[in-house]
Amino acid sequence: MDLSAINPILLLASLMVAATPILLAATGELIAEKAGVLNLGVEGMMIFGAICGFATAVETGSPWLGFLAASVGGAVLSLLFVILTQLALANQVASGLALTLFGLGLSALLGQGYVGVKPPPTPDLHIPGLSQIPFVGEILFTHDVVLYFSIVLVALVWLFLRSTRAGLILRAVGENHDAAHALGYKVVLIRSLAIVFGGACAGLGGAYISLVRVPQWTEGMTAGVGWIALALVVFASWRPWRVLIGAYLFGGITVLQLNLQAAGVAIPVEYLAMSPYIITIVVLVLLSRDKARAPAALGRIFHASS
Amino acid sequence: MIKLERRRQPSQAWSYATPALAVVATMFFGGLLFAALGKNPVEAIRTIFWEPLFGEFAFYYRPQLLVKGAPLVLIAIGLSLGFRAGIWNIGAEGQYIMGALASAGVALALYPLEAWWIFPAMIIAGALGGFIWGMIPAILKARFGTNEILVSLMLVYVAEQFLASMSLGLMKNPEGMGFPGSRNLQQYPSAFNSEVITNSGIHYGVVAALIAVIFAYVLLSRHMLGFQIRLTGEAPRAARFAGVEPARLILFCLGVSGALAGLAGMFEVSGPSGQVSIDFNAGYGFTAIIVAFLGRLHPVGILLAGALMALTYIGGEIAQGNLGLPSAAIQVFQGMLLFFLLALDLLTNFRIRFAVRGTA
Amino acid sequence: MNRRSLLTSAIVAFGLAAGGAAAQDKTKVGFIYVGPVGDGGWTYEHNVGRLAIEEEFGDAVETTYVESVAEGPDAERVLTQMALGGADLIFTTSFGFMDPTINVAKKFPDVKFEHATGYKRADNVSTYSARFYEGRAVQGTIAGEMTESNIVGYIGSYPIPEVIRGINAAFLAARAVNPDVEFKIVWAYTWFDPAKEADAAKVLIEQGADVILQHTDSTAPQAAAQAAGNVITFGQASDMSEYAPRPRVSSIIDNWAPYYIERTKAVMDGTWESSDVWHGINEGMVGIGEISDAVPAEVKEKALALKDSIAAGETHPFTGPINKQDGSVWLEDGETADDGTLLGMNFYVEGIEGSIPN
Repeated sequence: MDLSAINPILLLASLMVAATPILLAATGELIAEKAGVLNLGVEGMMIFGAICGFATAVETGSPWLGFLAASVGGAVLSLLFVILTQLALANQVASGLALTLFGLGLSALLGQGYVGVKPPPTPDLHIPGLSQIPFVGEILFTHDVVLYFSIVLVALVWLFLRSTRAGLILRAVGENHDAAHALGYKVVLIRSLAIVFGGACAGLGGAYISLVRVPQWTEGMTAGVGWIALALVVFASWRPWRVLIGAYLFGGITVLQLNLQAAGVAIPVEYLAMSPYIITIVVLVLLSRDKARAPAALGRIFHASS
Repeated sequence: MIKLERRRQPSQAWSYATPALAVVATMFFGGLLFAALGKNPVEAIRTIFWEPLFGEFAFYYRPQLLVKGAPLVLIAIGLSLGFRAGIWNIGAEGQYIMGALASAGVALALYPLEAWWIFPAMIIAGALGGFIWGMIPAILKARFGTNEILVSLMLVYVAEQFLASMSLGLMKNPEGMGFPGSRNLQQYPSAFNSEVITNSGIHYGVVAALIAVIFAYVLLSRHMLGFQIRLTGEAPRAARFAGVEPARLILFCLGVSGALAGLAGMFEVSGPSGQVSIDFNAGYGFTAIIVAFLGRLHPVGILLAGALMALTYIGGEIAQGNLGLPSAAIQVFQGMLLFFLLALDLLTNFRIRFAVRGTA
Repeated sequence: MNRRSLLTSAIVAFGLAAGGAAAQDKTKVGFIYVGPVGDGGWTYEHNVGRLAIEEEFGDAVETTYVESVAEGPDAERVLTQMALGGADLIFTTSFGFMDPTINVAKKFPDVKFEHATGYKRADNVSTYSARFYEGRAVQGTIAGEMTESNIVGYIGSYPIPEVIRGINAAFLAARAVNPDVEFKIVWAYTWFDPAKEADAAKVLIEQGADVILQHTDSTAPQAAAQAAGNVITFGQASDMSEYAPRPRVSSIIDNWAPYYIERTKAVMDGTWESSDVWHGINEGMVGIGEISDAVPAEVKEKALALKDSIAAGETHPFTGPINKQDGSVWLEDGETADDGTLLGMNFYVEGIEGSIPN
């Protein structure tokens, strides 16, 4: 056992990369849930984004167009969820599961020609000034743009929910759609936009896996990340900065256990892999005593005449 | 301008017609998909829906429909009780795993003892394993008001890790050359979930699924508890006035669905599957949610839905083998089926009015 | 009980009929895969083998496959479906298909079955597997020569004999050329999770490894090594030549095609017999991908010499004296390991640190 082999700064840097897909997807889902929509289709939208982004990046040679296509792809797929839950008033749990099933299948069909292809590299951004800080700067401030964007996105979502009128309306819709409707807000439209935003974020998160973190395309490559993102939103008790912390914590557990293994520490891997989920349950229980509960209308169907 | 108008009563006619309509729509759009993949759409649809039932080898596939459908029906019946009352257990996959592990644990601990009581003991262990796993979200919801959707979902992943740990560790077959996975219970007569009638596909799990359908039907239509479940789902406030204790209902619904999912796992691990392995769970717990909705949360509907779902699986495999369809296409096809069903369900509860805005 | 015998004989009759009918025209070969053909690794390579059969025999054969089949009841049904459909030969390409293969083979005595990586056989069931550890020894030689930090990172999937054997073979070969080399081993606990494999590779690199060996199938570790710069890797399952000449300096290729063609031919000629083969470099089942120019000429020569010597049967990667990790003697001087011990290998050899998780 040699714990000194673990470099904490390197650990931090790699857990940031590991956490970014979860962070992006969870931020999107946070907005949807704040509007009162529980979309269990995150995994499906992520993998669909992963192939849309990958295929576009390979065909055009531009990772940026790839990321753009991934967001559009995720958003388009989430429109199916909009149609089902907002227009056809279908159950959100079942619709979300259908979306995941559909997204996994469709992405596999689309990706048939892309197995074993290498995507164009996503350039790293060297933040001027900060990246010159000896050692620390080199590691923390030389990542790719999407990673920084994910952090900025959290800040924007936080500002949006906290300080804008639109954010207030979104939360009102999520807390009590009947009251919001009575006040003249277009509940269905607001929720639809929130779902589409969630889809775009999930798609982007998926493309981060296929274009940066791995990078390659293989069927089912998101391997359950979308479900972790769902857990994360709850873990964060629907607060943006806690999503960020939680994502780094969740990502950190994976990276840390690999680090401990490489350093020769005998750890029960399966039990460590369970821990994020168990922690999430504990947080859920603790939260129930807290005022910061789930949005009151989460998962409820809204119909104007009811 | 299209307007939705809530029906006073859900339409009886539409509630029967929409599943059929959804299947037809899926056939049409699925056909388009298969055509886009360069396959003959009519042939593909025929292979999926006709071949298993009436094709050359139907004598083999018909029993297989029971084998594939039974766990789905068994789990979906349990889930439907909760869904009707607005209690969302989506962690049946985890309960299924824990039921399988508990019952396999009993069998493997007793191996190679042969006794008549081993199989009944496994049934009890399986039900108990799923029950306990289902009680975790139930108690947390009843006691702290935590969201059961999320807790039950989280527990699926905990169960999956536990399964991996068991098949690589404690339950690993000591004669298995070091490979992961337990002994095969098919080769342990006292623990083997054999067919009640040979080659009929009817093993004890199929029998249990049928009993569950009848039990749920009687419960919902004849029993006070069934009335309370329906009332809570349809009019929660009225239910409270009627003296329904929400906590009791939560414990009952999650407990029953957990136990049934555990039983499904038990019949699977002791019969068709035979052994505990890392990938033992094949998604039955999640597919059963689809089956429950496909069957409109009605016991008889679930029975039919389970059969339909099994049909698309088995037909899908035949289409893969005979026509070279990729398995992903079958997945998309199943996704479509659920989409159409959920979307068309609208017609049952709402009337669509085409209102002409303004007059010239 | 009438019903039972009727159905049983119906199945057998169909099995016979199917076998007999197909023999007259095309030979039908079925494949059942545990993953999707698009996994880029294990299943992908088996599918390449299937396509090689079509290439070789053209219209004389017809191949079919079913992908992503769960191990267990689904496997048994898909196998029966293929047998009923008139398959003459069926390849079942995952360890977990072992019992289903045996069960179905009993019902269809005239259909031939080939099960990969298993140990149960019957008159119409053969088993086949590849001596990937031979390739690991070649990799270990290159790794031991090329490492400057003397730390070699190894990404394992699950702690099972197949993987442990590979680690031991690579380690022994590396130590033989470089007595200071150390192995750092990380278990990913998955066959397939590209993101996790990428993390594992990064962790090993951060902890000083400048050579990464992988026993998981995605190219994620290759990309991680490329990003890190001064690290070399080896392709796994497929050649992964898109990462050559650096970081990928060589590879182990699962080359099932020669065996699949040979066995299909045997069925066509009527000479098929149940057998148990464990083929290596010599038979071509384990391919060594081209050693790139990033490897110095004398190292390349040494590696190729070892490869040739293994292929010729002159060198066995497990030749004594070898001690187990605890210091007890496993093989005496000059003694070579028997296949039984290798198949069930559950210990590290002396010099590897850490313990095998269980």
